[in-house]
Amino acid sequence: MQKAMIVAQNLSKIFHDKKRGEIRAVDDVSFSVGPGCIHGLLGANGAGKTTALRMLATLLAPTSGTASVAGFDVVREPEKVRANVGFMATSTALYGRLTARETLVYFGRLNGLADAEIAARIGRLSAELGMDAFLDRRVDKFSTGMKQKVSIARTLIHDPAVMIFDEPTIGLDVMAARSIVRFIRGCRERGKTVVYSTHVMSEVEKLCDRVGIVHGGKLLAEGSVPELRERYGEQDMEEIFMRVVGEGNDDAGNNDTTNNDATNNGAANNGGGNSDAENDDATSNSVANNDAANEVANERDGVR
Amino acid sequence: MNWRQIHTVYRKELTDTLRDRRSLISMFVVPIVLIPALMFGMFAMTYKSVRKAYEEIPTVMLVGGAESPRLREELAANKRIKLAPYADDYATQIENKQLRAAIEAPDDFDAILASGAKAPVVTICSYAGDMRSGAAADEVARFLSAYLEKVVRRRLAEQELPENFHRPFLVRRKNVAPPEKVGGAQVGGLIPYLLILLSFTGAMYSALDLTAGEKERGTMETILCSPVGRTELVLGKFLMVLTASLVTVVCSLASLGATAVVAVRMLAGEVAAAGGAAAGGGAAAAGGGLPMTVSLPGVLGVCALVVPLAVLFSAVLFSVALCAKNYKEAQSYVSPLIFVIILPAALAMLPGVELNATYAMVPLMNVALVSKEMVSGNFPAGMIALIFGSTCVYAAAALAIAVRMFKKESVIFRA
Repeated sequence: MQKAMIVAQNLSKIFHDKKRGEIRAVDDVSFSVGPGCIHGLLGANGAGKTTALRMLATLLAPTSGTASVAGFDVVREPEKVRANVGFMATSTALYGRLTARETLVYFGRLNGLADAEIAARIGRLSAELGMDAFLDRRVDKFSTGMKQKVSIARTLIHDPAVMIFDEPTIGLDVMAARSIVRFIRGCRERGKTVVYSTHVMSEVEKLCDRVGIVHGGKLLAEGSVPELRERYGEQDMEEIFMRVVGEGNDDAGNNDTTNNDATNNGAANNGGGNSDAENDDATSNSVANNDAANEVANERDGVR
Repeated sequence: MNWRQIHTVYRKELTDTLRDRRSLISMFVVPIVLIPALMFGMFAMTYKSVRKAYEEIPTVMLVGGAESPRLREELAANKRIKLAPYADDYATQIENKQLRAAIEAPDDFDAILASGAKAPVVTICSYAGDMRSGAAADEVARFLSAYLEKVVRRRLAEQELPENFHRPFLVRRKNVAPPEKVGGAQVGGLIPYLLILLSFTGAMYSALDLTAGEKERGTMETILCSPVGRTELVLGKFLMVLTASLVTVVCSLASLGATAVVAVRMLAGEVAAAGGAAAGGGAAAAGGGLPMTVSLPGVLGVCALVVPLAVLFSAVLFSVALCAKNYKEAQSYVSPLIFVIILPAALAMLPGVELNATYAMVPLMNVALVSKEMVSGNFPAGMIALIFGSTCVYAAAALAIAVRMFKKESVIFRA
């Protein structure tokens, strides 16, 4: 079995709020993702997805527990972790006064790449993403789609082994959302490991090798889509989700203070039908909790 | 410390800043155009109104002196005074500016003077605080002392006494201070005051834009998820804020210097023609009367001291603005700081406040005080070293705080 690229072990994050007191945004979460896998974190707004991903990207430090990305510890070697991660979220905007090329050169240099190497990579990425026409124009004049391409190129400029996406399709139209989904699938084809969060069920069905259902800061269920279908006796991901979270709980315990994307538009449900959830390569390289009980006790042992 | 990263961040921020219209206004337009225009405008206006007040032939009323034709004749003969007919409400007229001043004299002034038995009392009425009324009172006083001198000379002649009988010796005053001391004393406080204020305002815009501005635009998280070290990121950004501050200072100094040269040239001629030694205000002092220069090494010394001060300001502003969620909030935190800066700088401008060991430890005030000395050509080496050292220590502490703040989640990801 190959070594896991992402390992989270009993990861917790507690925020202190003057009015609401202690908030457990992420509560004792463990999971691992093998190389070349797409791991989805499915949850409502405020479930703790953003906080969990920010901890993996070393933007936030865990209150307790540990995590490692590409073999580097997020607390002890944050810079090495970031050098191996491409992170994209709705909150990762681009510098409006720089051109697309300048943006990519900037992030390339921060990643320690030589200028010649950066130029070569920009050439490749630009051709691949169709950015040639606007490579030397300032980002603030770009359309959402153009900005998105630059953002994608920005996350790829240092060719990281791990990609982390926090709700990448939120607020996008169908076309743009589809291109993101295609891009994420492309990441897997290049052998990259992907973790991404969403609340769009169809995306999970289409893309993910494994899915974790997060609610109230806890990881309530984890497995491949077929596994989850079997475990809960439902075909529809939305039904599975509601079963896991608990029907009476659909007011969603919003306790994530850092979730800054208030837009709750379940953007781009690209119509059903084409769910290509053929997750035959779900090589269970992360230790699944195979107890089918739908009230999950969090005694996940996570790593091997 | 990864210098390449610091350099990369700095270069990016510089490019970004130079493309931002608001930054350019704050760094170049304000110091080069606005400040000299304001200063020059202020000086020119002050000078003009002072000159006008002293050039005007004031309307003055003689109150009393009904049976004193000689006094009246003497007054009427004076071309620098216009005599108004008597009216009861002269005080009100002075208040309403219809009249500049009034002379109260006894009705039988001539007779008392002729008898020589006792001295009649003459009172000059003017409106304190009104410049034109004051100028009129000066004119009246000049007239009266000339008249007094005339009477004295006549009496001495009648008694066949020498002309200087009543003046056994003469008194004169002489200035021994070199020109730069005079200049230093007059503008010595102003130069450091301006430099302190400008280095602060120069850093302000940039500090806000690079911290709260970046949070607001959503680019903070983008840069934080790159492998750049937090310390390197802060230092790169901080260097940009410092650059903005120093560029503002250099631009304003150069432009103020140029304005001063032009202003002095333009005004010097006029002042000499008006013989306006009486005219107050900086412009007149710069042109007429005493030759005045400021010590050039002094000004350079002040510039050297402004560097650690600019570091201090940049770091403090950076830390404060970083706590804000957005630009607007940062502005409301930073604006009150201007008063914190102005107070010690203004205190140092007060006459009589002199540098001592205690003041040498007070940030800002120490720089302002020692600058006053240096501009006047005094270089107290020990004090300069102490002040430079202490300012560097404060600056380093502020920078360390800025780095620490940047590493705090609660500051960077404030909800």
